[in-house]
Order: sequence, then structure tokens, then C-alpha cells
Amino acid sequence: MRKSLYALPVLLFLIVAGYFAVPLFSGRDPHELPSAMIDKPLPAFDLPALAGGANISNASLLGRVVVINFFASWCVPCKVEHPVLMRLATKEKLPLIGIAYKDEPAASQKELTNGGDPYLQVAIDRKGLTGLDFGVYGVPETYVVDKSGHIRKRFVGPLNAETVERELLPLLRELNRS
Amino acid sequence: MKALIAGLGLLLALAVPALAVEPNERLADPVLEARAREISKGLRCLVCQNESIDESNADLAKDVRLVLRQRLLAGASDAQAMQYIVDRYGTFVLMSPPVEPATYVLWFGPAVVLLLAVGGVGMAVRRSRLAVAPMPPPLDAAEQARLAKLLHDSDQPESAA
Repeated sequence: MRKSLYALPVLLFLIVAGYFAVPLFSGRDPHELPSAMIDKPLPAFDLPALAGGANISNASLLGRVVVINFFASWCVPCKVEHPVLMRLATKEKLPLIGIAYKDEPAASQKELTNGGDPYLQVAIDRKGLTGLDFGVYGVPETYVVDKSGHIRKRFVGPLNAETVERELLPLLRELNRS
Repeated sequence: MKALIAGLGLLLALAVPALAVEPNERLADPVLEARAREISKGLRCLVCQNESIDESNADLAKDVRLVLRQRLLAGASDAQAMQYIVDRYGTFVLMSPPVEPATYVLWFGPAVVLLLAVGGVGMAVRRSRLAVAPMPPPLDAAEQARLAKLLHDSDQPESAA
């Protein structure tokens, strides 16, 4: 009994060291925050469409699985993400809804005309208040929404081929089955 | 010289920290504005993550400050206005983390470690007390004389070296 007590500090040290080592070696960016919106319904929004015509609202997206992508023409990481989105739109036929976050509509339009438009629809969030309701804290951010309009997943920062293959596509397959 | 020091002192006294809150953000009602400032100090800017939105110049911090003020203008209580932001960004926006199961280790961990340490030290002290050998018998005359000689010798400077 006494002898085993000597192991206690070592044990404590290992627990603390493990506690720090796991996040350190998991390769996860500590600035990426968990979303408070997971499994909650989409926040209410009603935004003008970049293409004109009817507004895009949370209600208009109900009944299908959609991927909502916040982007801006002024956002550099979005340019990194853009080819990934283009491939998803053309090859995987991904139902991408763009929300232009705090961007001049003319600038967003120019960006999509020049670089290619991966979105089914683009909504204009001129003041970023819809972004705030989603809990966006930097563009790009991507939200996966199920058929009942609940947010199931958030990706912070640009999507890359690896996260798409490993997380996004399997989740979409699962949501489309249900 | 005195005037110079006094002048510098005055300048220092007049210096105020630069404020992130821009004049056009402020509410006309000073009471509401004071409440907004107080709440802002407790909310984290998610872009800089170690600054409150009251101190941060980030765009997002400004947006949150404005939304917070809108809530207060709409008649929300301090707690309601704060909850509005927490609903969107999670408890991470609170500069002081709430006491909930996920943060028990954070809040109570140090106290547990302290208790363990105090317990450990207490046990070690108790054990060393028990382990102290009984006092040896007093020196006899011969030993006394030898001790006195040794002590006397060590007083001599040459033998000290």
C-alpha cells in the first residue's frame, strides 16, 4: 500500500502530460472552436439573392440537405477553397448555397463570374448579421444542414480535399439516406 | 527640473488607454452604455481570442458590440443580452468560463491537486517524525574532553585551512 503511493506523483504527471499531449499531437488547430449551433435549427434569415428574384431564407432551404458556405471576395482563404468547391459542385453535384459575408454584391458577382460559380444560389449578407446568427467568426465557414433544417456540422476555414473525403462526403451520404 | 518632472507626471496622468469602442457605436443613454461596456468586458472576441470585445479592434468584435447594444435598447436584461451571444458562439465567448460538468476539472482541479499535495506532505512529515531515532546517551567525560579539543583546534586559523 505504502509503496504504491510512490507511484502517485508519477501517475499524476502522466495524466497531466497526456492531457496536454493529446491536443498537441492531434494536429487540430486550437483556434478552431466548436460550434454552439450543432443540432440546432438554422437561424432565421431572409436575405436578397445575388442573382435577384426571390429572397433566400431558412424556410426556402427546408426539405433537402444543403451545404451553406460563407465566403467573401475580400477573403484570401476563400480563394484557396474555391477550387475544392468547384470540384464538389461539378463532380459531386453538391447542393452548395453561398452566403456572401460582408461583401459588396458587385464584388461577389465579379469574383464568381471570373473564377467560376460553384453555388446553386448566393445570398447577400451585407452587414454580416446572418453570419453572427450562425456563429461565424471568420470566412470561409461551411455548414451542413439536414432535411429538417438542423445544422449538423460546421467546418471552420477553407475545406480541403482531405476533410471533404473524410468528413463532408460521408456525412452527406448519411444525411441523404435518412 | 521639478517643473519637467511635474510636466511629465501630468502627461502620464492625462494619458488614457486607447479605446476600441468607437464614438459612433456608443449609446446615447449613458446608463445603457455603461451596462454595454460592462457586458462587453466579459465577452471574448473570437478572432483574437485573448481579448474581450471591449478591447478588440476586430470587425467581428465591433459587430458583436453593436448587436449587444441593440439587445439592450430592445429592453433585454444583462443576462439575456449575454445569453443571446452565448447562444450563437457557445460558452467559449465568456471570458470567465461557467461552472458546468465540462469545466469541473478547470475549476476544481487546482484545489484537488493542492489537497493531494498537502496530504502527501502531511504523510511524509508524520512518517519522518515516527522514524526519528531516540536521543543517544549523553557524552561521557572522555568524549567531552575530545570534543572540547576538536572544537578548540578548529578555532585555530592554520588548521581551518
